[in-house]
Amino acid sequence: MKPFRKGDGERSGLFTRRALLLGGVQGILLSALAGRLYQLQVIETHRFATLAEENRINLRLLPPSRGMIFDRTGQPLAVNRNNFRAMATSDRGRGADVLVERLDQILNLGETERNRLLRDLKRSRNAQPVVVRENLGWEDVARIEFNAPDLPGVFIDLGQSRDYPEGELMSHIVGYTGRVSDEDLAGRDDPVLQLATMRFGKKGVERSLEDDLRGRAGAVQVEVNAVGRVVRELDRTEGQPGSNALLTIDLDLQRFAAEKMKQHQSGSVVVLDVITGDVLVMASTPGFDPSTFARGITHSEWRDLLDNPERPLHNKAIAGVYPPGSTYKMVTALAALESKAIDPYTRLPCVGYLELGSIKFHCWLKGGHGSTNVVEAIAGSCDCFFYEAARRAGVDRISDMATRLGFGRQSDLGLPGESAGNQPTRAWKQEKVGKPWQHGDTFNLGIGQGYMNCTPLQLAIMTARLANGGYEVQPNLLLAKATPREELGPPPPRSKPAAPSLRLNPQHLAMIRDGMNQVVNSGLGTANQLRVRDPALAFAGKTGTAQVKRITERERDMGITQAQLPWHLRHHALFVCYGPVDNPRYACAVIVEHGMAGGATAGPIGRDVLVETMKRDPSRRSDRFRKMASR
Amino acid sequence: MSSTALDAPAPVGFAERIWRINWGLALVLTAIAGVGVLALYSAAGGRFEPWASRHAVRYGAAFILMLTVALIHPKVWLAMAWPIYIVSLALLVAVDLIGKIGMGAQRWLVIGPMQIQPSEIAKVAVILVLARYYHGLRKEQASQFLYTLPPLLVILAPVALVMVQPDLGTAMMVLMAGGALLFVAGVRLWMFLVAAAGAVASLPIAWSFMHEYQRKRVLTFLDPDRDPLGAGYHITQSKIAIGSGGLFGKGFLKGTQSSLNFLPEKQTDFIFTTFVEEWGMVGAFVLLALFALVLVWGFSIAFRSQHHFGRLLALGVTAMMFLYVFINSAMVMGLLPVVGVPLPLVSNGGTAMVSVMFACGLLIGVNVYRDAQLPRTR
Repeated sequence: MKPFRKGDGERSGLFTRRALLLGGVQGILLSALAGRLYQLQVIETHRFATLAEENRINLRLLPPSRGMIFDRTGQPLAVNRNNFRAMATSDRGRGADVLVERLDQILNLGETERNRLLRDLKRSRNAQPVVVRENLGWEDVARIEFNAPDLPGVFIDLGQSRDYPEGELMSHIVGYTGRVSDEDLAGRDDPVLQLATMRFGKKGVERSLEDDLRGRAGAVQVEVNAVGRVVRELDRTEGQPGSNALLTIDLDLQRFAAEKMKQHQSGSVVVLDVITGDVLVMASTPGFDPSTFARGITHSEWRDLLDNPERPLHNKAIAGVYPPGSTYKMVTALAALESKAIDPYTRLPCVGYLELGSIKFHCWLKGGHGSTNVVEAIAGSCDCFFYEAARRAGVDRISDMATRLGFGRQSDLGLPGESAGNQPTRAWKQEKVGKPWQHGDTFNLGIGQGYMNCTPLQLAIMTARLANGGYEVQPNLLLAKATPREELGPPPPRSKPAAPSLRLNPQHLAMIRDGMNQVVNSGLGTANQLRVRDPALAFAGKTGTAQVKRITERERDMGITQAQLPWHLRHHALFVCYGPVDNPRYACAVIVEHGMAGGATAGPIGRDVLVETMKRDPSRRSDRFRKMASR
Repeated sequence: MSSTALDAPAPVGFAERIWRINWGLALVLTAIAGVGVLALYSAAGGRFEPWASRHAVRYGAAFILMLTVALIHPKVWLAMAWPIYIVSLALLVAVDLIGKIGMGAQRWLVIGPMQIQPSEIAKVAVILVLARYYHGLRKEQASQFLYTLPPLLVILAPVALVMVQPDLGTAMMVLMAGGALLFVAGVRLWMFLVAAAGAVASLPIAWSFMHEYQRKRVLTFLDPDRDPLGAGYHITQSKIAIGSGGLFGKGFLKGTQSSLNFLPEKQTDFIFTTFVEEWGMVGAFVLLALFALVLVWGFSIAFRSQHHFGRLLALGVTAMMFLYVFINSAMVMGLLPVVGVPLPLVSNGGTAMVSVMFACGLLIGVNVYRDAQLPRTR
């Protein structure tokens, strides 16, 4: 220890020992650092590399543009409109409070919007953007861009929102879209549904064709920085827009029918092509404005729609159920004929009522029809004939025939909310009412009253099946699913339904149709005033007036008329018809809620719509088709 | 490292003094500062502004300061130790009263255009005073309890003032550097054991005095996954950056974690992370090796000094350097709580650079004047 011998050798000796100890400790600690680096950078490097990539790379879905909806002539029913929306991202709500505060100052969000946005931001996963506000004007866009430095994670996004050019007219058929709900997600694992901007069909065709209209999402890989701002795009896969849908509805005809319905408070018109099952018209009044849903309906608007007694949200053509009344008599007649309970020559008496035990079953015609056969009974709508015919045929045969003609079950239409109506049977009454079937029930069923009820669509289906010679046509709303660039050719001509035959005796069918013909075209018919002189447009039909409320003996005696009753207790007015009478192509069913008398209220509407439909048939339509396809 | 040539004391000329400056050490320091320029250039996204260019200029100035300090005779420092210490205490009091608040603590004092961090001066001042104090004691005195009380006060006064700011990292550094000096000066080992036991016993009390953010840091350190997006965010992101760098790094200017701002404080406390993400374990080892070289140089200078003041001064500076490097890098690797200690000569920041280079000047001065005859002042 040469250097330390100058006087303080002792001190330096101790110093050296302890300094070396200290140096040793420092060496060990530095080695520990090296060991830690080895652990992080060699042993666990893959894990951390992955984490770094996850930090950096953000997969964003590109929402596909939703398929558009057209009527059969190519007129737009649902289209997409450009929509500038402000979007915001935040990493699991970090800094969300400040951000929302600033956005409030710029856009004037208001209390509820602020809370909604804050909640969305905190719930957003993987920094997926959430919507701040839709449908921004230029001024708002400019203000956000101007303040961009103070708004980390906020950007303007050009999206699309749904527009319904026909509004109320097509509201029930086309429906509307809304935010994706948890129920909508059930069974669908399409990741695009997680996007805040995504809309999902809630009603009508928007709902029934949701999976076709939606399309496939594209994806873009972007590099983002710590506040979620996109630095650059790394990779992009284009999505596929949803298929367009061409509906069978004829928009002009639909408008015509809706115009005719306007004079009445509430009701429905359905027109079917009896060969193809195409639904040409499906009007339900009143309707609603689907754009209120597209922009987000307010609570009070929603309550108003729900509380309205005319039920504007209801598509009455498929969801409204009514007793068919006399329009059901064709079913009773056909059931009786097919089961040989009566034959074409059977004549039954009518004195104005029929007694069953102590109960009197009245005919609508006070003095009675006298003796009638089945054709005359349909033409005059004789109740007594059908009481007796129903008694002879029995409930089982009637129900069976009704089911074959489309009652008591949902059609293949596919629209959400369709009702099956109710086709009562013995078993049904035992189960639901807890009492066995009575003869009186059969009497009521024979004239379409009592437990029986059905939708306007079912009446149209029945009429179509009678008119097309007994083929089990199904209503059909979708003419074609078409991708945007696909050209649409004219539909294949069909003269005979492709649907299976119901195997009804043609002679019996002919008698039913003869009866319906006489309803309109014979002096004895209940709707003779509706007769059309032009033989090319002549049609057949059947009136119906369905009781909402039982008519008591007292009222009958006092002669209280329907017009004296409050609106909601008046009879429903029904009318079914088909035409042209000797080569049927179209069937139409009309219900005017509480319209009092079928022939007087529903009849003219049915006639006008059916005649208009026939006028448009068929060559002219295919002309337009060719024109559209060549565009 | 033989010093037999110095056996015969001879008057040492100015040229000889220049020659005795540890130019190798100066080169290593410059290399470290060069790493700093590189890392800061990258942290600014491949630009010299705002950090790298200033860092280089600042280092140039600090380098001249270091050489100047190195050529000042130790007797000056012996005489100046207490005044410097008193001034630094006064500045610490001033900063507690009127200091500028930054990062949740009062650390800065604004004098004209300058912003100074008195705690950085205090680190050097404590080393100077302790070295002077033990230079004046005989070995028996140094080991006595009573003689240990004044140095304890010398250490604890600035520690307390720094704690108030609050700046836990600097307080720990002063405490540990002071402790290292007491250790090598010959304080009995049982006293350290008692102090350690006392420290452990007072932990709950310290806990109750800690600020909320400090407690959070400690808790976060103990379990970083407790709150991965809140207080643990910094540690987690730093570990991701270091780990994803791998063996050879992502390449210069290619660090995603720092360029995309996932790293907090990437130009100051987390500069090590920025560097290591891009240069990998190889780069980290090179940087740590450079620091280790500085330490080895420091120890050898301490051993070669023929006066006790020089020995203690050199060792104190070396201990301080070590603490800087260790605390900072252990912190960014998730081995220690985040306590705000910069990486010397690499992190952006003026006062730390000046105080580190000043200390290095003292260290080199010990070598330049290793054979100086210093009287015991007592």
